Amino acid sequence: MSSKLRAILLGVALLLPSLVFLVMFTALPVAQTIINSFYRRNLATRNQPVWDGLGNYVRLFAADSDFWHVLSNTLFAVAFVVPVSVILAFLFALLLNQRLRGIGWLRSSIFYPTILPMVSAASIWLLMFNVDFGLVNSAVKLFGGKAQNFLGTTNWALWAVCFVIIWKMTGFLMVFYLAGLQGMPTDVMEAARLDGAGAWQTLWHITLPLLRGTTVFVVTVAVTGAFQTVDHLYVMTQGGPNHASNLLLFNLYETNFRFQDSGLAYAQTVVLLLLLLIFTIANTIIADRRSYDAQ
Amino acid sequence: MKFSTLSVKHMSAALLATVLAACAQAPAPTAAPAKPAEPAKPAEAAKPAAGNVDVELLFPVAVGGPIAKIMDGYMERFNKANPGITAKATFAGGYADVLTKIQTTVQGGGKPAPIAVLLSTDLQTLLDADLLEPLDGYLAKAGDAYVNDFFPAFMLNSKDKNGKVWGIPFQRSTPVMYYNKAQFKEVGLDPEKPPKNWAELLDAAKKLTKPNGDRWGLQVPSDGFPYWLFQAGPISLGKNVVGAEPNKVFFDTPESLEALNFFVGLSQKEKVHPTGVIPWATTPDAFLAGKASMIYHTTGSLTNILSKSANPADVGVAFIPGKSGFGVPTGGGNIYMFKGAAQAQKDAAWKLVQFLSSPELAAEWSRDTGYVASRKAAYDTEIMKKLVAEKPQYGIARDQLQYAQKELTSHQGAQIQQIYGNAIQAAVEGKKDPKVALTDAQAAADKVLSQFK
Repeated sequence: MSSKLRAILLGVALLLPSLVFLVMFTALPVAQTIINSFYRRNLATRNQPVWDGLGNYVRLFAADSDFWHVLSNTLFAVAFVVPVSVILAFLFALLLNQRLRGIGWLRSSIFYPTILPMVSAASIWLLMFNVDFGLVNSAVKLFGGKAQNFLGTTNWALWAVCFVIIWKMTGFLMVFYLAGLQGMPTDVMEAARLDGAGAWQTLWHITLPLLRGTTVFVVTVAVTGAFQTVDHLYVMTQGGPNHASNLLLFNLYETNFRFQDSGLAYAQTVVLLLLLLIFTIANTIIADRRSYDAQ
Repeated sequence: MKFSTLSVKHMSAALLATVLAACAQAPAPTAAPAKPAEPAKPAEAAKPAAGNVDVELLFPVAVGGPIAKIMDGYMERFNKANPGITAKATFAGGYADVLTKIQTTVQGGGKPAPIAVLLSTDLQTLLDADLLEPLDGYLAKAGDAYVNDFFPAFMLNSKDKNGKVWGIPFQRSTPVMYYNKAQFKEVGLDPEKPPKNWAELLDAAKKLTKPNGDRWGLQVPSDGFPYWLFQAGPISLGKNVVGAEPNKVFFDTPESLEALNFFVGLSQKEKVHPTGVIPWATTPDAFLAGKASMIYHTTGSLTNILSKSANPADVGVAFIPGKSGFGVPTGGGNIYMFKGAAQAQKDAAWKLVQFLSSPELAAEWSRDTGYVASRKAAYDTEIMKKLVAEKPQYGIARDQLQYAQKELTSHQGAQIQQIYGNAIQAAVEGKKDPKVALTDAQAAADKVLSQFK
């Protein structure tokens, strides 16, 4: 009895430090954000919180609100960026796992975008995409295409931004896959080869299942990364033209700091939190099911 | 870093000791440094010696060039002329970043820097957020001559709706048209006669444009804050999009529509202007590379464009052409004083403001950056006379000021500017009919402003 109690107390004591931090830096801010989202607080209220019930949410989801545009842009970006960058990262990792001459150079050149600070990377792309003298358009012209104003056209802006996110993120994700591949048990591979499995079969039935844990992690990182796109937009498009490339987090930044509508920004934060929560739960459920399949 | 702060403190302590010793010895006022700088009257210079006062000025960099270095040089001179005050200029990013920095400081319960350079159009926002320290006392002491020497166009965005002055014009600008004289000659246009109206502008642009996007006749940037360059249109037609009241804007007027139609036609119909939204930051590069023959940009880019140009004599600067007359908004930044500083600090800060807005400094700042010197007396200084004689481009923006009007501002100014800018972007791209775009923008703006009635 007393030893059981002691064990419980010990457990609590061991958990306490992380619990304190979790409450202080996660639970409390989240609770505060949710509470604040029910108050109107902007320059019209002279920055004083005024109880407004669901007013912020009503404004946010009004039929003529730009938020719909921003929300659909964000979901598009996540749905596009995550699969593409994860698949590319995996393919690059497979490639770089080969023992070839000069592979070190290739490795660093693929990982290179990750090391660049985001703002300088975005500034470089701002110039690369330039309609008058950008490198991308020079290439387009070389192949007989017509120069495009990639960042300044509604039809292109979001694609261009997504491209830069993928370019920046893939190298980072690749590292995890590469680590996974290099930590792969060789005996399984040998057994497969002895059983006469082809390369494709080995990849599909052995490599991928063994990398499931890595994939779950990589997808989570990619999803949060895609949701957190803000500096790209700050430098490249400012969310324009006319909200064509505006994403949730940049919109939130604008609402709070540029328009000083912090009540509305809290409501936007709650929406962002909910979206991330849904993705995380979905990811965990899928991952769980997959691991049962594997057994 | 730490070391230099320390040594500055030691130095000022030493200075203070000398001043105190001097005071004790002789009843006569201390000899001020021999520099004949305007604000350094001996009696005043001795006063703050009761303790060293630190003054921080937050400033943004919005144009190219070694702005931070120039600013540090000014501070050094000010500190030398004003013992007992240690002024420091802190570069804090773009305009928006400076504003964010001040807001987050205040929201976090701290004291903001006593003075900062922010957009002149931020005035209403700063008033609504209750951040500003009134300047009445200081301005009364400085006298009417001080305020009246600033160009009246610059004061339009420096006063509230009751005419009270809250901001001192510092790095002010107007849009101007830069044009490539060599390319004018090449197509048979008179390089000394830039287009004066829309018809001439279109005619010149047609002649200058080369096919396949190799060269555009005209390029007007439209990302970031497209309303600003565009505002020249409605102003030249005699109806600005903003008036004296901070809760009213006029986006759907016939003048606004006519200007937008002309603007949209340049790329959609006449093909003399690239389609889509053009980046502000790289437009001067397109001009310098000869890819755009005429561009609209801030006069604040003048020094940078001239210094980067292979042949500065070929850089023409002209008024922004209107339909028949001229008209532009003003732009750029004012110096504001913020609540929360101690009296001694405020007094010292005001001294720095006076130093920075003195005719000599205004002239130097204009020479070093290309901004319009904010006051008339600056143009009577030797620096400015010499500059305008050598490089007449520097006189254009001043001459254009007679046609300048208020820049778009209101309650929730940044949001209202974005609403108008988005309407322009949507129309320029052909995504929305200009009339629909402006009607929608007016409705959206009215909705935002209705909170402030």
